[in-house]
Amino acid sequence: MGIGKVWVYAETDGDKVKTITLEMLAKAREIGDTVEAIYGGDASGIAETLGKHGATKVYATGDIGDGLPGAHVGAAIADLINGGNSPDLILFGTTYDGRDISARLSVKLDKPVLTNNTEITVDGDSVVASTPVFGGTQMVRTKLTAGAPNIVLVRPKSFAAEESGGGAAAVEALAVPDVGAAGAAKITAKHVEEATGPKLDEAAVVVSGGRGLGEASKYEMVETLAKLLKGAPGASRAIVDAGWVPYSHQVGQTGKVVKPNVYIALGISGATQHMVGMKGSKNIIAVNKDAEAPIFSISDLGIIGDVHKVVPKLIEALQAKS
Amino acid sequence: MNIAVCVKQIPDPAEPGALNADHTLKRDGKLILDESDSYGVEMALQLVDKAGGGEVTLISMAPNSETSGLRTALAMGAAKAVLVSDDALKGAGALDTAKVLAAAIKRTEFDLVLAATESSDGYTGTVPEQVAAVLDLPSVTFAKHIEIDGTTAKVQRQTEAGYDEVECPLPCVVSVTAGVVEPRYPSFKGIMAAKSKPVDEVKVADLGIDASIVGWAGAGQEIVAVDKAEERQAGTIIEDDGEGFQKIVEALENLKVI
Repeated sequence: MGIGKVWVYAETDGDKVKTITLEMLAKAREIGDTVEAIYGGDASGIAETLGKHGATKVYATGDIGDGLPGAHVGAAIADLINGGNSPDLILFGTTYDGRDISARLSVKLDKPVLTNNTEITVDGDSVVASTPVFGGTQMVRTKLTAGAPNIVLVRPKSFAAEESGGGAAAVEALAVPDVGAAGAAKITAKHVEEATGPKLDEAAVVVSGGRGLGEASKYEMVETLAKLLKGAPGASRAIVDAGWVPYSHQVGQTGKVVKPNVYIALGISGATQHMVGMKGSKNIIAVNKDAEAPIFSISDLGIIGDVHKVVPKLIEALQAKS
Repeated sequence: MNIAVCVKQIPDPAEPGALNADHTLKRDGKLILDESDSYGVEMALQLVDKAGGGEVTLISMAPNSETSGLRTALAMGAAKAVLVSDDALKGAGALDTAKVLAAAIKRTEFDLVLAATESSDGYTGTVPEQVAAVLDLPSVTFAKHIEIDGTTAKVQRQTEAGYDEVECPLPCVVSVTAGVVEPRYPSFKGIMAAKSKPVDEVKVADLGIDASIVGWAGAGQEIVAVDKAEERQAGTIIEDDGEGFQKIVEALENLKVI
């Protein structure tokens, strides 16, 4: 059982289409008859990739200048829909832009928006989206009853990206209306933080540190170990909130979702908010001095011990091997 | 400089959460100030302080006239609060929550609205931007630093790659990420003073909102099931005897990571 038309909001990282977009295109093909993309930018460079993953058309705003996408792209999509071209379902990634644009759109259309979903099914002509709660131990299934277009946001890594072998998507211009005061925020400068090594959400190995490290300076152990394993360093919310490491390092419900081959949790007790972001890892190794720490209930290998004793020895052993 | 700060009072995340028969989160026990919101409150207090005048007003929506979380933020230094508490709001989604908060914000004088990027319990992460849309105001989400320069907010906005500098005319809505300022601990004097600070408690009807567009009646969604997710089993858990690191080395070798 499927629905008619599904739109996927496409995002890019540099000149590449983000994986979350390709994942959503694969799901859109599974549940919809027609799959099209929306893009807040110039789509000429990505139409081929979008087409290869099943989008027959991409509505693109062209360059939106120095404005933030939320108000501008949200209004553009609302106008397209109010003009009579409405899909049954619009998918966004649970990303910075996905949240802002869908939020503006939901108010313009007066439709609810469901975020953080990891599964989408179709029941008759209704869309049902599933969200993990309580650290991913339970799934809440919510049926949208307000009628099309349904707005659903998807967590990265919920579906597998798959090519469909289609030709380049046809690019169609998406007009951005004047949004007045609502669009008054302007970007005046962009800062790119120099990152070495693989990205947190793409790394095959992730080493994360938590409150059990004791103090900010000990996070260096996490970075050293991550580097030795060609992985990325991550963090629990507790130490991000404490200001030890930037938010971009955060793994969990409010941070990034990671599914590496190996996840190493150092001094992380395993608050539900953390576990929901990493329990999909293939292998989980944890070091924590509290034998009752919830992280051990999902660990393939757990060492009940002091991170300050175990980790330096581990680093030394790995250095000796390399 | 008057700032409205949206704050949520939530069940203590340290306690195991539970669901009601209608699948909504149980909120009838004691509620606390969402830690995510303490950063917005702190930032607002600092900005008002820097501006040399004005006050911070809390905006909250909670069942059972709950104020314990609000008292925490009032003890930090907020001047007053608007609390929307109404049985009609049971089952509210992000959109109707935003409509209610926006209407409550309009009851107060403000130059700036602050909110956390997302709550710790519902974590939809869309409410601040929806509030801005309902108020037809500009917005900047995921702020890690805010400065007020005359009638402009200068914001550092977190991005995937680093951060953007964004300028936005007031009034506007800004959502702040956690950990960007150090929330102050309420002093004893603050706690005592908080007890007598005004909390303007209102119903949905007082906000001029029709009860049929909020809560379960207006959410446009229906929870059809709550299922147990597939469980992960624990593997080998051992006590470190000084050689525990060897087990990790072996595991990494078996997994061909090294």
